[in-house]
Amino acid sequence: MKVLVPVKRVVDYNVKVRVKSDGSGVDIANVKMSMNPFDEIAIEEAVRLKEKGVATEVIAVSCGVTQCQETLRTAMAIGADRAILVETTDELQPLAVAKLLKALVEKEQPGLVILGKQAIDDDCNQTGQMLAALCDMPQATFASKVEVVDGKAKVTREVDGGSETISLMLPAVITTDLRLNEPRYVTLPNIMKAKKKQMDIVKPADLGVDVTPHIKTLRVKEPPQRSAGIKVPDVATLVAKLKNEAKVI
Amino acid sequence: MTALVIAEHDNSSIKPATLNVVTAAVQCGGDVHVLVAGASAGAAAAAAAQISGVAKVLHVEDAGFAHGLAENMAAQVLAIAAGYTHILFAATASGKNIAPRVAAKLDVGQISDITKVDSPDTFERPIYAGNAIATVQSLDATKVVTVRTTGFDPAAASGGAALVESLSAVAASPKATFIGSEIARNDRPELTAAKIIVSGGRALGSSEKFTEIMTPLADKLGAAMGASRAAVDAGYAPNDWQVGQTGKIVAPQLYVACGISGAIQHLAGMKDSKVIVAINKDPEAPIFSVADYGLEADLFTAVPELVAAL
Repeated sequence: MKVLVPVKRVVDYNVKVRVKSDGSGVDIANVKMSMNPFDEIAIEEAVRLKEKGVATEVIAVSCGVTQCQETLRTAMAIGADRAILVETTDELQPLAVAKLLKALVEKEQPGLVILGKQAIDDDCNQTGQMLAALCDMPQATFASKVEVVDGKAKVTREVDGGSETISLMLPAVITTDLRLNEPRYVTLPNIMKAKKKQMDIVKPADLGVDVTPHIKTLRVKEPPQRSAGIKVPDVATLVAKLKNEAKVI
Repeated sequence: MTALVIAEHDNSSIKPATLNVVTAAVQCGGDVHVLVAGASAGAAAAAAAQISGVAKVLHVEDAGFAHGLAENMAAQVLAIAAGYTHILFAATASGKNIAPRVAAKLDVGQISDITKVDSPDTFERPIYAGNAIATVQSLDATKVVTVRTTGFDPAAASGGAALVESLSAVAASPKATFIGSEIARNDRPELTAAKIIVSGGRALGSSEKFTEIMTPLADKLGAAMGASRAAVDAGYAPNDWQVGQTGKIVAPQLYVACGISGAIQHLAGMKDSKVIVAINKDPEAPIFSVADYGLEADLFTAVPELVAAL
């Protein structure tokens, strides 16, 4: 069984983004870029499935600019066997990415597609579910445990207030939550090995996909700023302030 | 122009998040219909009909809806989608699970997590974990959106008198089956819905100390418990307590941060809280820059003192 793992190149989670002064977006020039943290968990899970003998091949995919090759190399350093870059400088929205991935699913015929539940830049939380719908596959979002037995995936998923377990017929789509696993550290030998792994580059047009945006961003602004309040000298003052001034207790 | 709200319910009652979604739907400008798809969900449908601002309730019964599986729920929404300009879900685990399937099948873009309705096709939504607010316009005829509940006041749960119409259900998909659930049955409120959250950081030093120091405070305040990523990574608190960009985004009335320095990724998850209290012995800790009330003190003495004073 092949496992396809789409990964996204995003602004590193430790970077505080700044809104551009013209309100056209956030400034991502010269900031550190990394693999979306949830996608790292997705790659790790796929590699673990391969180590358990459940998966035979792990294919990492990224859609976006040339530099996404670095993200794919990281995925291969974690353990993906090969990579595909769908290269474009166009803005890609989740529906477009889902359509690109659908074309690759048709080509590669994976038994599982594992993705991060959301990207930490646009915070959409859509691509996995959209892909599942377009491919008419069942889905398990926000996964915290995955077992593949007898052609089915048994997935525990995080829901509001707890968790639930569902069973999916394969092929299926799984999106990862934080609790699923802890991605391994990438070692230097594995980084070197990843450089020799196969990376194919295709264009959206090669896949016959129209990536025209369906949503237009009119402007981006700073959120209302929170100003620092006051320092209180002791616990008694704090309690008095919370009771009488803030009235929250 | 008519909006369809997908109700979240437990078959006997409507979950509060639905009330916030109804408010957002009303702001989109047309009539508001509510879909209650469930198993023995007559009581939930009747409750939906009471919600102020709702013109019609569509009630669908099938065993396939008992656990809200996305495949079945999305298929049902798609079966009735044609008449609607807006299809709205709560941005909860359930709504986020179903909405994109609907949008993809309709071949429309989805607008996630809206916090404001500017006009029937233009919405505000946070990006980069709330570090920027984008104003976005849908270019599609049908707008599929998920609604961040903290962005909208709840509609009144009573006072409405909507018509309840029964519809026939679509066939359930055999591809996904529900096995079981483990919903935490503790007395604490759920993190994302809590009015008060007490949250601990790495300064607590161990899992035992985390429990010993933080639990009495949470008990006293009737609060949910949270933690910073550093505390979770160190194993002091369970993963699902993590507040931050990659964990839970919360906006309670009161957030008490104990021994949390205030890394960007933590601030991203809690800075929309109404009142923030920070207890930290480091006067330079970034958490003080967002705290309404800062107490520069050792949490091991200050927190028990606070418990005693409450």
